[in-house]
Amino acid sequence: MRNTLWRWGGGTVAIVLSIVVFIVPFVFIFLTASKTQQEASLLEFTLPTQWAFFENLVAVVQTRDYVLLRAFVNSTILTVAAVAIMVVLSAMVGYVLQRRRSRWNPLVNGLVLAGLIIPPAVVPTIWVLQGLELFKTLPGLIAVHVAFGVPFCVLLFRAFVSTIPKELDEAAIIDGAGSVRLFFRVVFPLLKSVIVTVIVVQAVFVFNDFTYALYFLPGDENATVQLTTYNFQAQSVSSLNLLFMDILLITVPPLIMYIFFNRQIVAGMTAGSVKG
Amino acid sequence: MFSRQSRRTLLAFSASGIALTLTLAGCSGGGGGGGANADGSVTLSYLVDNQEATVATAEALADAFMAQNENIKVEVETRPQGAEGDNLIKTRLSTGEMSDVFAYNSGSLFQALAPDNTLVNLDDQEWVGKLDENFVNTVSTDNGVYGVPMGQAMAGAVIYNKDIYAELGLTVPTTWDEFIANSQAIKDAGAAAPIVQTYGDTWTSQLFVLGDFNNVLAEDPDWAEKYTNNEAKYSDEPAIRGFEHLEETFKAGLFNEDFASATYADGVRMVATGEGAQYPILTFAASQLMTSNPEAADTVGVFPLPGDDAATNGLTVWMPGGVYIPKSTEGDKLEAAKTFLEFLATPESCDIQAETSAPQGPFVIEGCDLPEDVPAIVSDQQKWFDEEKTNLALEFLSPIKGPALEQITVAVGSGITSAADGAAQYDEDVKKQAQQLGLEGW
Amino acid sequence: MTTLTARPGADTAGPDQGRDAAGKKRKGIKSPYPLWFYMPAGVFYVILFLVPTGASLYFSLTRWTLFEQEFIGLDNFVQFFREQALVQGFINTFIYAFLTSGLKVVLGMLLGVFLTSQIIARGFLRSVVFFPVLVSTIGVGITFEVLMNPFDGLINQTLAAIGIQGPGWLTDPQWALLSVALVDVWKGVGLATLIFIAGIVAIPQEYFEAARVDGASSWKNFWHITLPLARPATATVVTLSLIGGLRSFDLIWAMTGGGPGFTSDVIASVIYKQYQAGFYGLSTAGNVVLFVVVAALIVPLQAWLNRGEKDA
Repeated sequence: MRNTLWRWGGGTVAIVLSIVVFIVPFVFIFLTASKTQQEASLLEFTLPTQWAFFENLVAVVQTRDYVLLRAFVNSTILTVAAVAIMVVLSAMVGYVLQRRRSRWNPLVNGLVLAGLIIPPAVVPTIWVLQGLELFKTLPGLIAVHVAFGVPFCVLLFRAFVSTIPKELDEAAIIDGAGSVRLFFRVVFPLLKSVIVTVIVVQAVFVFNDFTYALYFLPGDENATVQLTTYNFQAQSVSSLNLLFMDILLITVPPLIMYIFFNRQIVAGMTAGSVKG
Repeated sequence: MFSRQSRRTLLAFSASGIALTLTLAGCSGGGGGGGANADGSVTLSYLVDNQEATVATAEALADAFMAQNENIKVEVETRPQGAEGDNLIKTRLSTGEMSDVFAYNSGSLFQALAPDNTLVNLDDQEWVGKLDENFVNTVSTDNGVYGVPMGQAMAGAVIYNKDIYAELGLTVPTTWDEFIANSQAIKDAGAAAPIVQTYGDTWTSQLFVLGDFNNVLAEDPDWAEKYTNNEAKYSDEPAIRGFEHLEETFKAGLFNEDFASATYADGVRMVATGEGAQYPILTFAASQLMTSNPEAADTVGVFPLPGDDAATNGLTVWMPGGVYIPKSTEGDKLEAAKTFLEFLATPESCDIQAETSAPQGPFVIEGCDLPEDVPAIVSDQQKWFDEEKTNLALEFLSPIKGPALEQITVAVGSGITSAADGAAQYDEDVKKQAQQLGLEGW
Repeated sequence: MTTLTARPGADTAGPDQGRDAAGKKRKGIKSPYPLWFYMPAGVFYVILFLVPTGASLYFSLTRWTLFEQEFIGLDNFVQFFREQALVQGFINTFIYAFLTSGLKVVLGMLLGVFLTSQIIARGFLRSVVFFPVLVSTIGVGITFEVLMNPFDGLINQTLAAIGIQGPGWLTDPQWALLSVALVDVWKGVGLATLIFIAGIVAIPQEYFEAARVDGASSWKNFWHITLPLARPATATVVTLSLIGGLRSFDLIWAMTGGGPGFTSDVIASVIYKQYQAGFYGLSTAGNVVLFVVVAALIVPLQAWLNRGEKDA
């Protein structure tokens, strides 16, 4: 009885609250993206008197020779590559860091913290990239994202490796598994829920990143999606409708990705079947 | 250094607090190489800021130039505005990655580029002789002349609604007291905000201080030099008056109700529609006016920020920005770039500039005239230029401008800080800048 | 560690547990947890992060215009501590960091528990809470600047409809920092929730089954099982959001620019303004100071949060 009340009552209240708190701003973005330039500049939360959604959409896509489409391709490659490398390498570090006590641990822990705290030094990083001949290349930017993203991922992995029973490792070792196989065949699959978390978080970060792309991958042919917002930010004549349309468009891919992975999280949860 | 912050930095940096220094942004085909293309033609990249009007003008100029020079192709690239753009230009210059030709501010910002080391000296070019001397000074060092003007000079002054003035029988003020009396009359009439302030775009808050510089020089012609030598301070007369005026107008309740959140675009619109009567701003507002409220072209006029003495009433003037060639442009490209700059200094180029975006003041090139039908913001200025009652803004006379002025003037104009404290804070800020520049005597 | 992996009652690991694998491993030829696992990530980290960071330390001791540099010793640090907005900046930084991380931990934990319980539309709610994380800071900044406009903004118009005169959220010095902090929580709570959900889901179900046999209430479940066993998640959220809060300035910069005046300036935005002004050496020195301050808070906190692992 109590559960039913909770299930429906709590759920309903939450839905209403979430709509007010979380959905309204998105509706605002959508409405503004559907307005004409004059109307958008009034910043009102109203239905457009004249729907210009598709006009704006076409205008945004066509801006600067379809730079947005190129940007989508670039951002996709960048996000997939950077996140894949980051996840595997960080999981390896987080795993050993949690499992093995060695005198390296304090150092590694310290470096992880330092990586989280210290802001990247851009100009020296450019020098290094120039030296490696990776400056202004997509692989260069991927490497930068990996380097800056690893500490965050390690922190998460280290925390969650501890929830995997050590007995499983031991069983696998007795079965004759080597360390590489132990990790990739036994432990890594068990980290599924945190891997999904890390993928979602880092993919959003990499995809939404503005700064690193601006510094390390300049050039129109290399544009990433966040840089396209530049095109709609002229100061004296603001085209808020186009800017919001751009924001809307570049928010769609992370959204799709999240909806996709959300299932994975839900799946992981039913396996655990936690009762509230 | 009156850098216009692009829509309060929507582009705020996502990552961190940072030792960063940018390298390029937005768009760059990159400079480098001096060679011609396979077919013997040369392609020049031309970097401008990403304001719509700037880009439109740059593209129109490039098209006209290419029509006359079949072997040279000019490709317009864009960069962010404001401090972001400043850092970008510096990084690209210092790493040898600059576009073949680029547009940038004159005056103190230009001096910060270490022009002698990074730019091509153009003092042997014929067109130098046709430029206004004041302009030449703002794009020169002791060793050379580096730029050709782009756009027009402009004033930092008060734009006002002429209909309101006519209705209330007011005349253009020539002293501060008259200005306050007018504002009070407008307030009493109750229909319009006497003075418009727009702290949603913080840079607009500086006008009371920066636009007052004509009056500072009127009292002390050597003030700029003393200031550079650490002998004159904003905390003292006469320079403190800009801060005091700001405080006085706030305390008298003369601002528009939404001054804290209104934007520059709002401010121009308010004066155009009569919601506001007077707005201290740079006269490039003409461009905004012609875009948003073209019907008010003759309604919105301009007068200088008045000081104590009607006799010295005059305009504080900003020079146009320049177009420069970096040292990384070499060989055929350098020749092509020089040809392009030569074209930019012609009356034909001026006509295109005046056509593609609303003029903001007079040209600084001999033989260039404004069209007849300019908005009143521009034509009103002529009177002071003709009588030679103008002075350059401080940033063209001294390399020092403290970076925190806009925050300080917002604080004073919002009643958070007193005028005296604000001026003292700004002196500290200036000191920091001077020390960073490594100037003597600080 | 033990507290986290040891299982109550019947242990699934069963008889294997007693085996001497551990002892053999310690003395044996090869650990199953090879140190070279650090290498691949380490290469990226050292080359692209550690080396440049070391180089930047040098620049904090110089006056650096990008065109030229001059060694000036500790002058930049002296200058940095004379910064007029510094004291206010530190106060604001701490307010902002503790407020945002506190709210993210509490709300994230509550939402995490709520969204792993049996309620309707759970998938929908999880997605909705996470949506803001997907939007770039730029988008969030612009949107809320508009919504919080004191006159035309939706928030104050709604408040006006029920007879409340809303403040100038971003223009009133009393409110500006607080408003930005709330938006930060709005944007970041979805991430905290996600981490908590992952942590809660990872709790072995046997605990809850055992508790059900004992007839424990939901509250007891939460207090005695969820809360202690989700500690790795809690520690992660606390660490990340506190570091994030101390270093954060992007949203502040996008929404108020540190204003009105200097009233919502935090240390990171003070540093960023120095950088924008072209004081490259000075801003690097500021970053060193910020690093020391953050480290001084985070390192003891980390040690405390991880204290359980020591007795493994």
